[in-house]
Amino acid sequence: MARVIVVTSGKGGVGKTTTSASFAAGLAQRDFKTVVVDFDVGLRNLDLIMGCERRVVYDFVNVINGEANLNQALIKDKRLNNLYILPASQTRDKEALTHEGVEAVIGELKQRFDYIVCDSPAGIEHGAHIAMYFADDALITTNPEVSSVRDSDRILGLIASRSRRAIHDEEPVQELLVLTRYSPERVERGDMLALDDVLEILGIPLLGVIPESQSVLLASNEGVPVIMNERSDAGSAYGDMVARYLGEDRPHRFLTNERKNLFQRLFKR
Amino acid sequence: MRFLDMFRDQRAPSASKAKERLQIIVAREGRNSALSSDYLQRMQQELLAVVRKYVAIEQDHIKVNLDREGDYEVLEVNITLPDANTGKPVHKTPTRAR
Ligand SMILES: Nc1ncnc2c1ncn2[C@@H]1O[C@H](COP(=O)(O)OP(=O)(O)OP(=O)(O)O)[C@@H](O)[C@H]1O
Ligand SMILES: [Mg+2]
Repeated sequence: MARVIVVTSGKGGVGKTTTSASFAAGLAQRDFKTVVVDFDVGLRNLDLIMGCERRVVYDFVNVINGEANLNQALIKDKRLNNLYILPASQTRDKEALTHEGVEAVIGELKQRFDYIVCDSPAGIEHGAHIAMYFADDALITTNPEVSSVRDSDRILGLIASRSRRAIHDEEPVQELLVLTRYSPERVERGDMLALDDVLEILGIPLLGVIPESQSVLLASNEGVPVIMNERSDAGSAYGDMVARYLGEDRPHRFLTNERKNLFQRLFKR
Repeated sequence: MRFLDMFRDQRAPSASKAKERLQIIVAREGRNSALSSDYLQRMQQELLAVVRKYVAIEQDHIKVNLDREGDYEVLEVNITLPDANTGKPVHKTPTRAR
């Protein structure tokens, strides 16, 4: 059975596209047929992060409007065999993703893929609503910062009341926290909300903590999902996250200030 | 004065202020309150159905309200029954539950 996962946040710029790209790549690395769909109409960015921007011919809206079929619009990733990208349209018409159109495309993707990862736009309007509507699981991408946590709470409200599963009285959407841009050093100084604070406020299970990392910027420069840089902290944190999603038990890393720990260890000797 | 301010800052780092403010705002406007208004509506409909088994009342003769009083929430259900003799609505004392 195919599963639909939405990566959403309410607030903009918190790391949804970064997370979508790495999560999808991680599933494909483990041999699952995976497609990552860009729902950010007008602000397409996933293609850049995935490094396939020059191969975009048709997009999601073309498929909905019948101007192209799915095979023409899907872009096959050059590095990972099982990974495909469905790019967003650059149209300015935010309503271009109609309910019926999206339903038909998701239905078709479900026949062909194991996992369908939906990269939501920011906000709580039409775009974010249609991106989460068909989801089975939701990765609530949150930064340890007041406005991001508040917006995550609002998007959780939307999922709980207006997703397809909620409306059809089915088992609720599985909501999982992905805390990104976490800086243990700033938490230790008392400047940044700690993981436990965010967990207490949002009250949903934790899937992963992704540290604030230079490697994310470098990966985006190259157009490679950061998870493919296994030696980077953010990359391996995304690797753990995918493993956990698939049911593996992995301890959370990057929760404490590594440098200080090394220092302490040296002193203990 | 300044010295005291610095002292207070140290004991209450800015992250704990953030947490405190978030807890308040999320309780007030977050999904819990959005959900509760939804379940309150459904409860009102069910209560209406039950009461109508025994007494003929109008939709707006049942009022359901959720309030916060300090640490706990107060659920107030107010049902107005028609007077048996006059047929006019008679005000009943609100039923309160915790
Ligand atoms: N763990 C991280 N460490 C450092 N920088 C990060 C991290 N995650 C994301 N960023 C940076 O944050 C910015 C926003 O990331 P991204 O585009 O993934 O967010 P988004 O939620 O998709 O934004 P939008 O709401 O605009 O779609 C980018 O510049 C990205 O490089
Ligand atoms: Mg994005």
